[in-house]
Amino acid sequence: MYVLSAIVSLTLLGLVLGLLLGIAGKYLKVESSPIVDELEALLPGSQCGQCGFPGCRPAAEALAEGNAPATMCPPGGSALAEQIAALLGLDLDLSDVKEPELLVARVSEATCTGCTRCFKVCPTDAIVGAPKQIHAVVADACIACKKCVEVCPTECLQMHPIEVTLRNWRWAKPLNVPVQPMGTGSNAVC
Amino acid sequence: MLSLFKKPRFRGGVHAEEHKTATAALPIATDFPLPKKLYIPLQQHVGKPAEPVIMVGEKVLKGQLLAYSQGLISAPVHAPSSGIIVDVNDYPAPHPSALPIRTIVLETDGKDEWMATPVALDPFQLNPEEISFRVGAAGIVGLGGATFPTAVKLNMGRENHVDTLIINGSECEPYLCCDDRLMQERAGEIIDGVRLMLHGMETEQAVVAIEDNKPLAFLEMLAAAEPYAQIKVIQIPTRYPMGWDRQLIRYVTGKEVPVGCRSSEVGVTIHNVGTAYAVHKAIRLGQPLLGRVVTVAGGAVKRPMNVEVPFGTLISELFDFCGVRSDETARIIMGGPMMGDSLPHTGLPTVKATSGILALTQSELKNTEEQPCIRCASCVSVCPAGLRPLDMANNIRINQLDAAVDLGLKDCISCGCCSYICPSNIPLVQFFKYASGEVIARQQAQHKSEQTKRLIDARNARMERIAQQQREEELARIAAKAERERLKAEQEALV
Amino acid sequence: MIAHMKPSSGAHVGANNSVSHIMWQVMLAISPATAFGLLCFGWPALNLFVITVLSAVAFEALCLRLKGRVAKPVIMDGSAVLTGWLLAMTLPPWAPWWVGVVGSGLAIILGKQVYGGLGQNLFNPAMLARVALLISFPIEMTTWANVSPLFFSHSPGLIESWHITFSGLDNIDASTGATTLGFIKTEFSQNRLLTDILKDTSGFLSFIGWSRGSLGETSALLLGLGGIWLIRQNIIQWQIPVSLLLTVALLAGVFHTMDSEHYVSPLLHLNSGALMCVAFFIATDYVTSPNTKAGQLVFGAGCGLLIFVIRTWGAYPEGAGFAVLLMNSATPLIDHYIRPRIYGRDRKGKPLEIPKS
Repeated sequence: MYVLSAIVSLTLLGLVLGLLLGIAGKYLKVESSPIVDELEALLPGSQCGQCGFPGCRPAAEALAEGNAPATMCPPGGSALAEQIAALLGLDLDLSDVKEPELLVARVSEATCTGCTRCFKVCPTDAIVGAPKQIHAVVADACIACKKCVEVCPTECLQMHPIEVTLRNWRWAKPLNVPVQPMGTGSNAVC
Repeated sequence: MLSLFKKPRFRGGVHAEEHKTATAALPIATDFPLPKKLYIPLQQHVGKPAEPVIMVGEKVLKGQLLAYSQGLISAPVHAPSSGIIVDVNDYPAPHPSALPIRTIVLETDGKDEWMATPVALDPFQLNPEEISFRVGAAGIVGLGGATFPTAVKLNMGRENHVDTLIINGSECEPYLCCDDRLMQERAGEIIDGVRLMLHGMETEQAVVAIEDNKPLAFLEMLAAAEPYAQIKVIQIPTRYPMGWDRQLIRYVTGKEVPVGCRSSEVGVTIHNVGTAYAVHKAIRLGQPLLGRVVTVAGGAVKRPMNVEVPFGTLISELFDFCGVRSDETARIIMGGPMMGDSLPHTGLPTVKATSGILALTQSELKNTEEQPCIRCASCVSVCPAGLRPLDMANNIRINQLDAAVDLGLKDCISCGCCSYICPSNIPLVQFFKYASGEVIARQQAQHKSEQTKRLIDARNARMERIAQQQREEELARIAAKAERERLKAEQEALV
Repeated sequence: MIAHMKPSSGAHVGANNSVSHIMWQVMLAISPATAFGLLCFGWPALNLFVITVLSAVAFEALCLRLKGRVAKPVIMDGSAVLTGWLLAMTLPPWAPWWVGVVGSGLAIILGKQVYGGLGQNLFNPAMLARVALLISFPIEMTTWANVSPLFFSHSPGLIESWHITFSGLDNIDASTGATTLGFIKTEFSQNRLLTDILKDTSGFLSFIGWSRGSLGETSALLLGLGGIWLIRQNIIQWQIPVSLLLTVALLAGVFHTMDSEHYVSPLLHLNSGALMCVAFFIATDYVTSPNTKAGQLVFGAGCGLLIFVIRTWGAYPEGAGFAVLLMNSATPLIDHYIRPRIYGRDRKGKPLEIPKS
């Protein structure tokens, strides 16, 4: 008898509380700003297309719907992935994010014909030039979206890695190998 | 050994094995053969690199200006010996990466001919500003390893009316004893340099702090400072990192330098004994900074000693002089074993910052087999800055750099005490150096993406303007055409 | 020229300390007390000890294999052996073999490996296992064997000891009894007074360890000596043991002077139960105790307070295990609020004011 009354009362309690929670969830909901706009603000905005989406806004929409991982933007690197994950409240697996190889475009002056196709497509106006004049890339403004390389008819535009100098050399992160995994015999030295 | 009764004035630190007995007993070797070629980098100091005034092929004399300082925080570079300039180009820098740095290559002619060095008869008659000017013109920078231009520091000291000049004779790093020998052999010159610095900063008193593992140096300096009441010589406990300037200031004066402030703002300036010696040579003898005493030590060195070398001497030549067994050398370090940087090879020059070059064998190096952190908190108890290395490193490991910065990453001085003591051999200092670099890189990436947005917006605005302009022109053309048609129609109507 | 070497930073020399060095030193410190306990309780105790330690190592190896790691280097750091050893010390000396095995399993798997291995656990593994065993198997965990020293006449022989360990005790009443604290608690419920209860108990014998209790925890003297040696070797700091013992002693002293018939004296507290072992070896576990000296003082005091409260007013005669677990859960909080002051900053983290001189 006691057991039956215990079961009944606890079940009733559960049902009532669940109902209350449901009502609260519907009527007391907090409206937040559209997450898509916030995501789009985080993305670089260069519309380079390296993520596979036709631009940064569609990429932001995909992220908001959960159709794309937080690590989808190569130029953003791990810093951007962390920001996206923090905004969306996702767990982040940074193991396959390679730091974007920093590239800049460079015009090989010997083969430039001055056709002006490249600076018309550069989203940041990083190429200076005029018809029949040799063009040049302003390295600071170049975001390595590679649109110019695609349109250049003589292939004089190539991507080069940014030179490492004493000024921008950085210490590497120590490898995290507490105990050797099975099969390998290497020491954890970095 | 003085015990640390003054507990609140000193925190943390480790007692590292000193390894100084062999080298500290030998006098400074002054017979180092002049190298055939000297590779003199244009930036051996904090601040902007110096700009060359000489050209390839030019003949220069010893002490001649090779490159002048650029801007407020900079230092000039002088010829360490007479000879011909054979190149001004990029050569590997004495840095762990050995990346190129602009270097002047001087081929010595063996004559070691000085240029004329006019001197003031009584430097104490000179203005303090004149003292700073001559110190700056001599290319003197902090020889403790920080290489901050000394003239700028003297000026700051004068402008802030500091009341105490502390001369750092602690030399707390293991193996290094160049300052020790300098104090034992040239105490008189050092004290003279201290007096000149006091004059240059218009400061009343100086305190020379020497660690108590250097009793002979202490006695020499005490005797040399005897006639001058304004210079006190004291002994301080031997513990690494006693020579950290903020720690030393707190120990000697009891004052704590707030974060973000310079020591001159609390009324204290610190200079190294080697810098004081260089000031003496510059003002009394008119000789610019052309070389320094370097400790060559380590298990792989046959004849460890202190050597006086001209700047630009390649480390390989130093090693040949001291006899280094390259098969036993596991690591080459510039500086001390706690804070020094490893160098990839010996084809790199000695510079103003080179207090020592160590060739360490594998057994002398710390074990690198990293194990998990057992949270023993030894690192917390040894950190002189009061940080929590284990928490910072654990955050950096999982890429939580913001959390690491909140824990105080920017206050880390990279002294190495935590790495030294860690029983799990975790490379803590490398984590912090990596994280600091990464934070800077992310800030730069942030700026770049903001700049990119601005550029894209500017471009879109420009395209918009062009499109707008075209539309207006189109409208104007249509209007003009309509106007023409109307005129034509009117004319035809009149006819 | 010497060949090119990769960039290395930070301290290039080290103190030549290692994790296994620390672990082996701790084991050395608890050896006298353990040896004495094994001597006092004979072969069954030795069987239990060996089984517990071996199963700890076995479970660790199993977990490592499941993670895909090579087992040997990790076992060699000594942490699994130490966990098993400490757990064995807290078990009743003639407990059956499965108590040791289950306890080791709980300690290693649930207490350490599921958190991620060495250095990641929140609770002290040995105490976690002991408390779980105590609550799950109260009979076996409160059967305290009489002192029957090895090689003496009434001590069980080797074969008989295997029978005890693997099949259980035959005549429990003849060979077991209550510990001092347990006896006091049951007698209090009979409304007897302390002087009456304790008239047959010798303080000196409890001090050296000649009394009923856990396998390795009876001898306050030997544990205390081992602990002091560890402090001298700089393996543990004095803050936790001193604050823990002082708190218990102070509280016990205060209450004992108020009513000496109903509250146990400080000396009896210090001599009995696991207090010495917990103070020097269990509460001082690096992973689960705070990182700063001040934090450690708070931690020790908290443990002492809880031990006293549970022993005096709680249902269990011995409260050390529970006290340690509760304070372990408070360690992150202690670490959050009690932190060292960074040079040049005030306690809150803001830069100091420039002194006006």
